[in-house]
Amino acid sequence: MDSYVAPLDDIISALRTVGLDEILTLPAFEGIDRATVADVLGGFAKLAGEVIAPSDRIGDAVGAMLDTTTGDVTVAPEIATAYARYSEGGWTALSASAEFGGGGFPGLVAAANREMFGSANLALSLNPVLTQSAIELLERWADERQRSVFLARLIDGTWTGTMNLTEPDAGSDLGAVRTTATPIGGDPANATRYAITGTKIFITWGEHSMTENIIHLVLARLPGAPEGTRGISLFIVPKFNLDDAGALLERNGVHCLALEHKLGIHASPTCVLQFTDAIGELVGSVNGGMEAMFSMMNPARLAIGLQGVSVGERALQQSSAFAHERRQGRSKDTTSGASLIAEHPDVKRMLLDMAVTVDASRLLVYLAVAAADVANNHPDAEERARSQRRMELLTPLAKAWPTDEGVRVASLGVQIHGGMGFIEETGIAQRYRDARITPIYEGTNGIQAIDLVGRKIARDNGLAVNELLDEISVTIERADGIAELSNAAKSLSEAVHQCRAAVTWIVEQFANSADAVLAGATVFLDLVATTVAGSLLIKQAADHVEDGSPDATMRVARAEFFAFDRLTRLPSLQSITLGNELLTAGLR
Amino acid sequence: MNVIVCVKQIPDPALPGALDSSSNTLKRDGKLILDESDSYGVEMALQLVTAAGGGEVSLVSMAPNGEVSGLRTALAMGAAKAILVSDPALKGSDALTTAKVLAAAVQRLGGADLIIGATESSDGYTGTVPEQIAEILGLPSVTFAKKVTIDGSTMHIERQTEQGYDEVTSPLPALISVTAGVVEPRYPSFKGIMAAKSKPLETVTAADLGITPVGWDGAGQTIVNVSQAEARKAGEVIEDDGETFTKVVSYLENLKLI
Repeated sequence: MDSYVAPLDDIISALRTVGLDEILTLPAFEGIDRATVADVLGGFAKLAGEVIAPSDRIGDAVGAMLDTTTGDVTVAPEIATAYARYSEGGWTALSASAEFGGGGFPGLVAAANREMFGSANLALSLNPVLTQSAIELLERWADERQRSVFLARLIDGTWTGTMNLTEPDAGSDLGAVRTTATPIGGDPANATRYAITGTKIFITWGEHSMTENIIHLVLARLPGAPEGTRGISLFIVPKFNLDDAGALLERNGVHCLALEHKLGIHASPTCVLQFTDAIGELVGSVNGGMEAMFSMMNPARLAIGLQGVSVGERALQQSSAFAHERRQGRSKDTTSGASLIAEHPDVKRMLLDMAVTVDASRLLVYLAVAAADVANNHPDAEERARSQRRMELLTPLAKAWPTDEGVRVASLGVQIHGGMGFIEETGIAQRYRDARITPIYEGTNGIQAIDLVGRKIARDNGLAVNELLDEISVTIERADGIAELSNAAKSLSEAVHQCRAAVTWIVEQFANSADAVLAGATVFLDLVATTVAGSLLIKQAADHVEDGSPDATMRVARAEFFAFDRLTRLPSLQSITLGNELLTAGLR
Repeated sequence: MNVIVCVKQIPDPALPGALDSSSNTLKRDGKLILDESDSYGVEMALQLVTAAGGGEVSLVSMAPNGEVSGLRTALAMGAAKAILVSDPALKGSDALTTAKVLAAAVQRLGGADLIIGATESSDGYTGTVPEQIAEILGLPSVTFAKKVTIDGSTMHIERQTEQGYDEVTSPLPALISVTAGVVEPRYPSFKGIMAAKSKPLETVTAADLGITPVGWDGAGQTIVNVSQAEARKAGEVIEDDGETFTKVVSYLENLKLI
């Protein structure tokens, strides 16, 4: 009941709907075809289901343990074995650049694997997520020597990476970072090594013994740097120092002081890291730390959005298995004995709600990742710019909506389990606990909503969002021509109409009444994300109908369910425009 | 050292199987995967070649349709090349025809120091094909191998029996059938999957190998009837009165288990 089988049919169908075939025609991905993608996904699915997933339950129960005398952190041995198999399989390399031993696959394919990893073990999956961020950051900002020393071993999984931003007084506001970097020896202007001192908190997988080294990427201030975010630089600080040839030397001055006790993702050590004259080297330019970190932000946010899909899928599989085993009451179709709870219409409705929401979330995140692939690889500059706009617009939607929905889906999973769901034994409670961090980290969903209305809507006067809504109109026309989908198309058309009205209001109001817009930002995000997700489900169903696929009936039913259940009760314009004064007045 | 592994691609056992009512045989027209029983043979072959310090692992397989995904899985694990005998005429082939076809495929590869098969497939369960291949090729055959070591041109095998195991020595070349669980099959790596794309995979027909007739025409058997397996009987429920353990003990004694 606690097993995980990767939903390859759902994943491949979603990849197709968001444009995998078009991405594979880009020159950057020459030699990679659909069949190769299917083989790669199938290979990883086996590892995820058979090796990684069985480590999930025990990893949660054992958690992470800190030896306070040595500062060493250990997790359940099953977790370490799962990581070893993952790393031996060379899976970290999938989408990394071929120049450093990577596979050069589209990010979209890597995202599908990442989804499976997250379903199999959300806590462990964070480790490669962070390593991938470090890889992408170094690919873009490190100098040639740094790339040759660090990249190959991050890409082959021999080392892992971490991101060290947060400090006790610097969370969402990184301008308050106090960690210092002091040039070592000689002329500060030409220093190659720096002594890093300070305390970083919330460092995911900041310490462990699964790999021979850990590469910390650390934000710190150089002497005399300007105040605020303009005075922050980025440093590479390895757990073990390296000689010029990259061989391991002595332990560096970075140690884990404490681990956080958390609601979920217990197997992921969340560390307080103390840097005491730790030796580091600068990445990118002096005071260019925030710019480098910002370049990582969109992929990292999409990776977290995907976690909403992952946790939802695992909750769905568990709940469906439970509902097909647990007997209670008697449904209309049962003549004797108790029925499986899966036969009760209300339980069926919950299961379908979960399945459709996971599909919708998957499509939304994949769409954003697909836009990033085109933005990074299309030969035509105009197309790259358009896709970059699209990716930037979709990022807050694809981070916030799937993670909020992931919590709701996990909660439905608990509900289906009834009283048994509230008991840890059944394992569904872990989904709910694990899911809860996803709307919080990597920019809270409130921050995503602010980003959406300000940077992504008001700043370009609604250009990117209107381009997207225009494309949805194409889906509406297409669905209108397919008898089974014409009613869903009507609901979608009405939803697009509501989106346009809300966008117009935001563009008009933002300059002079930003507070009024911010008061409705989260509601607006829900409106647009639900509309986009609904359009993708309808597009997916249309693909299956036009292909005569055996899944066509199921896909149409799912699209209709979402259209009638969600698109018909979207947040109203009135709720988006209620204003800041009302919020103030309503609070004591 | 060169090893040839006979592998079978079968319908995914995780999906509900169906019988073709016209022939009373399993429907095999959908996607086929590598029989898990064969993954042990592939792994053992890879380990033996590594231990020998050289050589390669090749695969032979037979399927009426041209499915190769199961072979690709074994190539991704590390096998170097494969021959698939694929031919609609093969539909309905019995165990002996299968053995003739696979033996001919082995000969097409020029033979090997060792040929490995599973003790039986997970969809047919005849459990006779490896020994028939050995007979056709005139090779010594050792069944139920659970541990194999090679010493020059001699092979030492621990052969699983009901009581324990036999220690058997055989000259090479030879054929062995290996039991499930003897080694832990490796998971295909990302690089392995990519490398498998460009490994030689030759598809030939039975006629190309000179084996006729095959399929129903070549079969010395027909399936006259198929019936539903008897439903499993309900277990016996014993209320615990404090002395239940004596009933458990006598139950086990009756089965001669203790």
